[in-house]
Amino acid sequence: MDVEYKTVRNTLVVRVKGELDMLIADKMRQEIDRRLEENSIKNLIFNLEKVTFIDSSGLGVIIGRYKKVSAVSGRMFIVGAKNPVEKILHFSGINRLVPMYSSEQDIINL
Amino acid sequence: METSLKGWEIMSIVNYVHFEFPSLPENVSFARSCVGAFVSQLNCTLDDIEEIKLVVSEAVSNCIIHAYENRSDGKIEIIASLRDDRSLELTVKDYGKGIENLEQALQPSYSSDPNRMGLGFTFMKSFMDEMDISSQPQEGTSVLLKRNFLNRDRQAYA
Ligand SMILES: Nc1ncnc2c1ncn2[C@@H]1O[C@H](COP(=O)(O)OP(=O)(O)OP(=O)(O)O)[C@@H](O)[C@H]1O
Ligand SMILES: [Mg+2]
Repeated sequence: MDVEYKTVRNTLVVRVKGELDMLIADKMRQEIDRRLEENSIKNLIFNLEKVTFIDSSGLGVIIGRYKKVSAVSGRMFIVGAKNPVEKILHFSGINRLVPMYSSEQDIINL
Repeated sequence: METSLKGWEIMSIVNYVHFEFPSLPENVSFARSCVGAFVSQLNCTLDDIEEIKLVVSEAVSNCIIHAYENRSDGKIEIIASLRDDRSLELTVKDYGKGIENLEQALQPSYSSDPNRMGLGFTFMKSFMDEMDISSQPQEGTSVLLKRNFLNRDRQAYA
């Protein structure tokens, strides 16, 4: 599992690879929060294209960051989620809060 | 609380695995893959296997996070058994702090941890046919989960 963080203007892009479970969730949450605060970033993109598994620990990081970002009127997006990850995102209802797109390019084109 | 196959209807069990491991986060992935591979004998769909893996991940994560409060020296046991009616019975057991208020713990979206969403039990209940929890404060928790794949097939073809 590895996570790549990239800042583009006031947007943090988080690209995750592998299985998003408790083994990496805590570290990822701390790392995202640190970057959001230090660089006064408003928007957040989770690229889940290469994620093969997600459970409540991963969902918790995503929903928690959504709350943080919305509190400062930032926007959040999820891109590239495929099954079984997409199915779990739908099941948890995140898709009703966070817009989902198929690629990062789709958001740039918005 | 005793973990054994004693008292079970052993006759109807076609196959089982029983394993234990310490409460290390690395073992969550191991446990779900292991049970997923075991269940694949039922010739169920890949979606079914993904759901079982999620359920195992939830139950085992709860043992590490809540029962052992992230200590790595706790013991976690899993028994998975397949029955001749194509059902899976899964027990995930810890010897940790136990659940004081089970009714509250089972409420959707309840979590004792502000960074969590309280989704674990909801997933376990939703993806399995039956969930039965027994817990004793300071002694531990045992989560029993059942799912019949024959029923699901019937529903799918109905
Ligand atoms: N094995 C366990 N031992 C002790 N307490 C537990 C155990 N499993 C669950 N709990 C308690 O039940 C609550 C609900 O569990 P559940 O898995 O639904 O949510 P969560 O683990 O808090 O959050 P999430 O699963 O979304 O990360 C937990 O917050 C915890 O207080
Ligand atoms: Mg949980």
